[in-house]
Parts: sequence; structure tokens; C-alpha cells
Amino acid sequence: MTSGTGNDVLVRGLRVLGRAIRTEPRLFTISAIGSSFFGFLIIANSYVVGAVIGRVVVPAFSERRVSSGGLALTCAVLLGISGLRVASIWARRLGAGFMQFRLQARYRRAVTRRYLALPPEWHQRHATGTLLSNASSDVEAAFAPIAPLPFAVGTIVMIAGALVALFLTDWVLALVGVALFPALFALNFFYSRRMAPRQIHAQRMRAKVAAVAHESFDGALVVKTMGREADESRRFGVFVTELRDALVAVGRLRGVFDPLMESLPSVGTLAVLLIGTWRLQSGAITVTELISVAFLFTVLAFPVRAIGWVVGELPRSVAGWERVQAVLAAEGDLSYGTGDLPGTGPAELRFDRVDYRYADGPPVLSDVTFTVPAGTTVALVGATGSGKSTIAALAMRLVDPESGSVSLDDVKLPDLSAPALAAATGLVPQIPFVFDDTVRGNVALDRPEIDDDAVRAALRLAQAEGFVSALPDGLDTEVGERGTSLSGGQRQRLTLARALAGRPRLLVLDDATSAVDPRVEAAILGALRESGTSLLVVAYRRASIALADLVVYLHQGRVVATGTHTELMDSQPGYRDLVTAYEKADQ
Amino acid sequence: MSEAGTFDTVRRGLSLSPELRSGLAGTVGLAVLQMSGRVAVPIAVQQGIDHGINGPSGPDPAVVAVVVALTLAALAISTLCGYLMTRRLFTVSETALGGLRSRTFRHIHDLSMLHQQSERRGSMVSRVTGDVDQISQFLQTGGVQLLLAGGQLIVSTVVMFAYSWQLTVVVLLSFGPAIGVIRFFQKRLAGAYRTVRERTGVMLGAVAESVVGATVIRAFGVSGRTARRLDTAVDDLRTAQQRAMRTSVLSFSSGEISAGLALSGVVVAGVLLGVDGDLTVGRLTAFLFLVTLFIQPVQIATEQLNEAQNAVAGWRRILDVLDVDPDVADPDDEGVELPAGPLSVRFDDVSFRYPGGPMVLSDVDLTLDARRKYAVVGETGSGKTTFAKLLTRLMDPAEGTVLLSGTPLTGVRFSSLRSRVVMVPQDGFLFDATVAENIRFAEPSLTDDQLRTAFTELGLGDWLAGLPAGLETAVGERGESLSVGERQLVALVRAYVADPDLLVLDEATSAVDPATEVRLQYALDLVTRGRTTVAIAHRLSTAESADEVIVVDAGRVVQRGPHARLVAEPDSIYAKLYASWLEQTR
Repeated sequence: MTSGTGNDVLVRGLRVLGRAIRTEPRLFTISAIGSSFFGFLIIANSYVVGAVIGRVVVPAFSERRVSSGGLALTCAVLLGISGLRVASIWARRLGAGFMQFRLQARYRRAVTRRYLALPPEWHQRHATGTLLSNASSDVEAAFAPIAPLPFAVGTIVMIAGALVALFLTDWVLALVGVALFPALFALNFFYSRRMAPRQIHAQRMRAKVAAVAHESFDGALVVKTMGREADESRRFGVFVTELRDALVAVGRLRGVFDPLMESLPSVGTLAVLLIGTWRLQSGAITVTELISVAFLFTVLAFPVRAIGWVVGELPRSVAGWERVQAVLAAEGDLSYGTGDLPGTGPAELRFDRVDYRYADGPPVLSDVTFTVPAGTTVALVGATGSGKSTIAALAMRLVDPESGSVSLDDVKLPDLSAPALAAATGLVPQIPFVFDDTVRGNVALDRPEIDDDAVRAALRLAQAEGFVSALPDGLDTEVGERGTSLSGGQRQRLTLARALAGRPRLLVLDDATSAVDPRVEAAILGALRESGTSLLVVAYRRASIALADLVVYLHQGRVVATGTHTELMDSQPGYRDLVTAYEKADQ
Repeated sequence: MSEAGTFDTVRRGLSLSPELRSGLAGTVGLAVLQMSGRVAVPIAVQQGIDHGINGPSGPDPAVVAVVVALTLAALAISTLCGYLMTRRLFTVSETALGGLRSRTFRHIHDLSMLHQQSERRGSMVSRVTGDVDQISQFLQTGGVQLLLAGGQLIVSTVVMFAYSWQLTVVVLLSFGPAIGVIRFFQKRLAGAYRTVRERTGVMLGAVAESVVGATVIRAFGVSGRTARRLDTAVDDLRTAQQRAMRTSVLSFSSGEISAGLALSGVVVAGVLLGVDGDLTVGRLTAFLFLVTLFIQPVQIATEQLNEAQNAVAGWRRILDVLDVDPDVADPDDEGVELPAGPLSVRFDDVSFRYPGGPMVLSDVDLTLDARRKYAVVGETGSGKTTFAKLLTRLMDPAEGTVLLSGTPLTGVRFSSLRSRVVMVPQDGFLFDATVAENIRFAEPSLTDDQLRTAFTELGLGDWLAGLPAGLETAVGERGESLSVGERQLVALVRAYVADPDLLVLDEATSAVDPATEVRLQYALDLVTRGRTTVAIAHRLSTAESADEVIVVDAGRVVQRGPHARLVAEPDSIYAKLYASWLEQTR
């Protein structure tokens, strides 16, 4: 969490604003000019009102005679000012709003582009919720001060203009303004400084409440089956109370600030009245001028608050901006080569002395060497944590090895272009991921070479044709967010079909049929073997292992032995223990 | 989403949070006092002009000084009232909203599983977070302003009437057309903001997909497609925001134009009245000040009413959730306790279907004896999981009755039901806490020693000792620091310490690494001992070791009996299932 002194936040916040202005200079200019013009009109209006009283009302009242020309002119001027004010408000608000929305959209695109470009390893290090809020609420917070910004800029221009007008009217009355405006600014800054930590605390409590709710609803089934609804409500209630206290603390401060902000300009008006009478007595000013100035102070009060809005949003803006920047500046992109994979048909996968570790952790793989000869099936067998899934990720170049190389048909993976790599390989991950799309969309993924026939063929091969044809709209059935309308096994078969549809030259199955009934699994594996692709399988079930041409036996990130299942059963006691342990468990 | 009227929503919302009305009279009283302070200034101007500046003997600072001093005192009181009012308002409203959060949270937990599943998890969370925040944020900013604006409108109107009823009529007439215009835009704005909210949801969905599916997107090289979808969602949202903004600005302008009309109308009418001697200069001047006091709240109101639409929408969504009846409800005081001792199960002609769906389970009629182990087997989609949900009263049957030891399940108090009947769900969900806290979820009173004993009794002492911090090991979000099998171990211990009389196991389908699998089987054996156990079996070992196997196919019980007998029935469904299992393991 970003903290630091208030001034520090102010400086950094202004920098964010500067960046925003440089990004959308045209919209900012329109809205700032609109806003400044608005300020000018407010001053003009005060003087017109003063003039109306002094030059039209007072003479008319004293002479009991109306000059209809004067009245008409007054009306025309007041209405004209009103019309211009509407135009200036349009420019200010539409300019500011559009600027804010465009900035949000631009940075949402930029952030999500980074999500797509950054490697899976980076994704693993960041919680889904954080990444979601980086693209939504953080972007929103970063540009929250943009909405009132032009208003605030216009207000500063207006205050400068008002001071000039005041000095032109009477230097003594101007001193009231000189005293009042800095007081207003000081109050605003004091308020923002004091408010920032309270807001941040409230925001933190909001996040906490959301986290507890999310987890509790995630585990709703356990809560229900254990009858813990009341205890969960109590646990949630503790955070709700803390959030309430935080928000009430925000309210208390507001309670001090808001009425003071309202009263200060009134004090100004009263001072003008008092001093003005004295100046009037000495003949330094006229009634017109006195009324103009008094009126000016009443209408100035509101716009000054725009500055407070901007300053108040800055801490949140800085925090959001910095989180957004962290994503934009994140490194570790995989760079792709330009090469194609020559030839057609099954490809040979080779791991050559591969080492791998996550960030600063201990080594996950050490000196891993093995080959999946073209068209064969190789099973990876090892206990939990032996590095099987990491090998699957390396084979797809989801990550790059620390040292050593992974190659397909003797082409090193980093030399391949991204499309060539995606076309040559297919992955079915442990946890199936289904897009919020139709069955067809999920299998074809808009890959141009995959038509409906290819989709159906892939579904057939994945033993998914049966359940898909039973769906209400067949291939056109929407499967819902994350495929919630499908069972676990159905999702796995759908993702398998997706991989098969691309006719990959190497297919990697990372424990990909775990939720499928054993009978169906057997049928799938049989069909895959016949399809003739090179197959790398992370396997637990003995049937899957026995189907492989070759088994790579891993222990703690090292290849202990490679051979057929029968060979390893004979020569490797560790392997035998592992597989028979499973067998025992399964009987 | 229901589209109940704004007024209706607010009325119902208020009746749900009666706390909001507590001390309302005091709060409104303070607001009126605060507003009176604002009106004091125009009155001071009038008094100052008429008696001080235009006094009989020329400008008289002494008179003005008295007026100013009195007004300053009024201002001070007004400011103090403002502080007290804001403080009260915040305390009351945030307390009420906190209550609303808690109530909604509890209500969601009380909803049947069916309803919980039909909602996206994220949207349930936002019922108790974002939606309440929306109301809270509105009250924190707009709500106060709206209240004050209302007060200011009333007070300034009253004072205007006191000065000149004719001019007041002029002012009110100038704002007449604006009210119609604002009403017209209000409807369109509500629609525009609804679109913004919907598109925000779509945008969040698209972002979530790109984050959760990052690996798949990369592996299939479809980042182009994902980027296009994201861009569309982001730009659609922007377009909707801009449209809402345009409508809002148009609506706001009408207030501004009315202000111009009012000001010039007052000048013309005021001069005409003044010429007839009905008005003093001071009164007319004060009136011009009052008109600005009248305009401000109207403008604030138009602004904040837009914000209010958002808050009302949030309120409406909360009410929608609270409106859903917990159809599988706790009979509470009207319920009975389950009879003591081991529990038997009876399904009396039970059928189940999801609302509007086909039958999932039909005419299930069977009895399960106490203290015996049953395995329910069948293919995916056969209805075996539904069987478990009916047995634990996560759902109620469409027809027929489920009875435990002769007591209909629907009449059993939840406190009794949930302590005697425990289900271990497939994914063995763990909370982001330590191992100890996860076990204590079932039985909060257990000491560390008792927890350790439980692990040892299930043969898991060495496993626990092998964890980095033993009982205090954090399991991570959804237990993800542990392997799938280890999560099941913890879930099993949790069920064990709950000490139920009927244990329902929904076996995990995903593969578990062999060493853990052995532990799991051993522990399972001990946990089920002496209890009525119903396992939704995915492993043949579970079916084989059960006292009896119940085979479900297409929503009906087709076979029942001990493994040895069923497997010998040629061409039976169970024989086929068993054959394919064998094929897998041999």
C-alpha cells in the first residue's frame, strides 16, 4: 500500500493529472476553457446584478418610473449570460466526462494487453482478484480526479479574475477577498490531508468485507452442511462493524468541513456589507459596486469546492495509478522467434538438460533430459511435487527453462513464432478452462482452419459428441461463464476437443481426464493413440500409464529412469512402490 | 432483475431498515436550523440596505454592524447544527446499512443450494459489498446534499414568500418547465445508467476470462481474439458512459436556463412592483440573493437524483435477493430434534427435478439401515449427487419424503440436522486460514491437543507433523497450498471431529497422488466406522468395501445389494461399470 506524507501524495497526484492531460490534451482544453468561461460569466453576472440594482432598480424606485428599454436590456443580458453559461457547462462537463471515460478505456485496454502478453508464471504470482481490480477499480480510481479537474482549473481562473475585478472596484473590499480565498484553500487542503488516511482505512475495510463475503459464499456448501450460518454471520458482522466505524469517522470529518465551507463565503459577504457601508459613507464606492461584490461572494462559494474534490481524490488516484503502472511496467514477456516448424505429422519433443525454478524458490527441475519420439505416447510419472506439471508447461513454452533447451523436431522452442508454436502444440490442462461462449466457439476459438466438421470430429474423438448433441442447441449452446452449465467431466472433454481440433503435432495432457468416468477415459486414450500424434501424458491411473510406449519416472525434479512400464516395474523399486501404492489404494 | 418503481424500492428499503428513521425528526430539525443560517445572509443584506445604507440619515455603519453581528451569531449556530446533523446522519445511516449487509449475508447463506448456485458467486458478493457501498456512498455525499438542498429549498421559498409573494410566483413559474424536462430526462437517465451497469458487468467478465484463462489463451495462441473481445467490452462501456453523461448534462442545463429565467423575471416584476411602491430596494436585492439560494438546491437535486438512481438500483438488487424465499428453510422452533442414536434413512417415493427441468431422480423408494456403509454408484449425470443433496437436505424433493429414523427431514431443526448429518463435499473446500482453524470450523471448542489427537486417531499424525507449521500451517486461498488429496484429508478430519451419526461422502473424482491416497483410504475407513455412511463413489475400492451398493442409472435405482452379488449379475449396469474400472487399474 502506498503511503507517505500528504505533500508527497499531492505531488505524485499532480503528476498523474499531468499525464492524463498530456494524453487527452484536446478534451482537457475544451473543458478547461469551458470552465474558465463559466467562471468569467459568474463574475460578470454579479456585476450585472449590481448594475441592475444600482442603475435600473434604484432610479426606478426613487423616480417611480420605468424605462422599458432598460428593463428589456437587463432581461436580454441576464438571459444571454444564462445561455452562455449553459454552453460553458456543456463544454466543461462533456469534455471532462469524455476525457475521463477515454482515459479509463485506454488504460483498461493497456492493462489487459499486458495480461495477455505476460507469461503464465507472472499470472501465478498475482491473485485473480488483484488483477481484476487493477483493470477495473484501480483504473477508475486513477482517473477519478479528472471529472472535477476542469471545474477546479476554471475555479482558479475565476478566483484570479474575481480578485482583479475586486481590486478594480475597491482595494479595501479586495482585501476581504485576499483574506477569504486563501482561507478557503487552506481549509480544503487541511481537509484533504486529514481525510486521506480515513478514506484509505475505509477502503481497506471495504476490501476486507468483500474478501470475507467472497470466501464465505465460496464455501457456502461447507457452511451449510456444517450448519455454521450463524457463526459465519458473526464473523462477517465483526468486519461490517469495523467498516461502519471507519465510514462514520469519514462522516465526522465531513461534518466539520462541509458547514465551515458553507459559512466562510457568507462571512465574506457580511464583511463586505460592513466594510462596504463604511466605504460608501466615505464615498469610495457606489451602491452598485457594493451589491456586486456582496453577490460575488455568495456565488463563489460553490465552485471553490471543486478544488477540494480534486485534492480529495488524489490519494486514491495515486494508489490506483501506481497499481496500474505496476502491471504496465511488469517484465518477463516471452519473446518469440520467427521460424516455422518444418514438415507435417507428429513431431518429436526433446528436453535437453533442462533446469527450472520459480522466481527465487528452490529448483523445481534439475538436468531433465528425455525425448518423446514422433508419434509415440510418453507418460510422466512421479509423486506430487516431482515437477510433472512444470514439464508440461515447458513443453508448451508457457515458461522458459532456466538453462538447457526444449525443442520440437530439432527446432528450439524460442526460435518458433507464436502462431507456429500454437499450431504445432496442444495442451489440455489439469483444470479445464471454458470460455463464456458457445460449444462451437469453445472448440474452434475462431481459428480459421477449423470448420464445423473439424469441430464435430474433435468432439467425437474426445468422446464429447454424445453430451453435446443432447444439449438444447447442440453446437450453438451457450455454456455460461466458466462453463457452469456443464459437469467437470464434460468440461474436460470439451477442452480436450479444443486441443484436438487444432490437429496438434504434439499433444500434452496434464492429468486431463481425471473427472471423466473410467470407461470414457479408456475410450479417449485409445482414440488418441490411434490418432497418431505425439503424446505427453501426466498420468496417475495405471491404465493410462500402461498405455504409454515409454514412461519417464520423476523424483523431486530429476529424471530417475526412462523405459517401458514393465522395465521400470522391474528395475525401479521407487517406481514400483509409487504405482502399486496407487493400485492398493484403488482396490 | 425486477424493475420495481423507484418510490416502491425506497419505501420497501426503508421498511427493511427501520433504523434509518430513528431520530429522523432530530436530524431534519438540525438540517432546518443549518439552512436558516444560510437564509440569514440575504436577510442581513436586506436589513443592511434598507436600514443601514439607505437609512434616513445616509449610510450608517453602526446599524450595519449590529445586523452583521447578529448574522454572524446565526451563522455560528448554523455551522454547529450542520456538524451535529452530518454526524447524526452518518452514524444512523451507516449503522443501518451495516445491518443490511449482515442481514443480506445471512439471507444468502439461508437460501437453498439451488438458489445459491443459480447466482454467479461474484454477484452474490456484490449484494453485500458493492450494492450496499453504492447506497452508502450516495448517502455520504449526495444524501446529505439532497437533504440540505431540500431544507434550503423550503426555507428559501418561505422567506421569499415573506418578502414578496408575487416575485415568488414568478420564480416558481420559471422553474415549472424545468421540472417537466428533468422528469423526462430522469427516465432516460435511469435507462442509460442501467446500460452502464450492465456493460460494466460484461467488461468485468471479459477481464476475468483473460486473467483466469491466461494459460489456455497462450497455449492456443488466441490472444488476438481475446483482445478483440476485451476491446469491444471496454469500448461498449465507454460509449454507454458517454451517452449517460450527455443525457445528464442536458437535464442539468434545463435547471441552468430556469435560473436565468427566474433572475430576469424577478428583476422585471420587481421593478414593476417597486414602481408601484410595493417593494423596497433592500427587499428586491435580498430576493435576488434568495433566488440563488433557490437555484443551488435545484441544481444539486438534479445532480444527486442521478446518483440516487444508482443507489436505488443497488437497493433494488439487494431487495431482489431478500425477496427470494429460503425455500429449504429451517423449521426452527416448530421443528423437532432427530431421535438419539444411530440414524437410518428412508426415501419414500422420492422424485426430484430442477425447476422447469426434466426429472433428475424418479420414484426412489428405499431404506438404508443404521450403522451400515452404502456406496452409490452410477455414471456422470445419473443422479447420484442429487441423491446426496436430498439426503442432507441441501435440496427438498419435488415429490415424496426423505426420513431419518422415521422423522421427515423437512421437520428437523437445522441445529439438530447439521450436527448429526455431515457431508464431505467433493472439493473438500478449505478456508484461507490455518489447518487448526479449518478443523475448528466444525467444532470451535476443540483444543490444540484434541485436534492433534483427532489427526493421530485417523493415522494422520505423521502427515500433520510433516507440515511446515503443524496445526498452524496456513492452507492458502481455497486451501490451494495443499494438494487436492491433502485438502480432502483435512476435510475428512473436519467431518470426523463433527462426530455425525450419518456421514455423506461425495468422493472426489480427480486423481490423488498414491501416498496421499493410501492415507485417505485408511482415514476414511476409521471415520466411517460405526456410523451410517453413504458414499457417492467414484472408486471401485469404495464400492467393494461397502456393505451394500446402490446403482443409479438415468435417475432411477436399478440395482441394489452387496458388491459380490451385483457384480455377478451378468450384463447388469454394475457389472459393466466394474469391468471398465478393472480395465483402468489392471
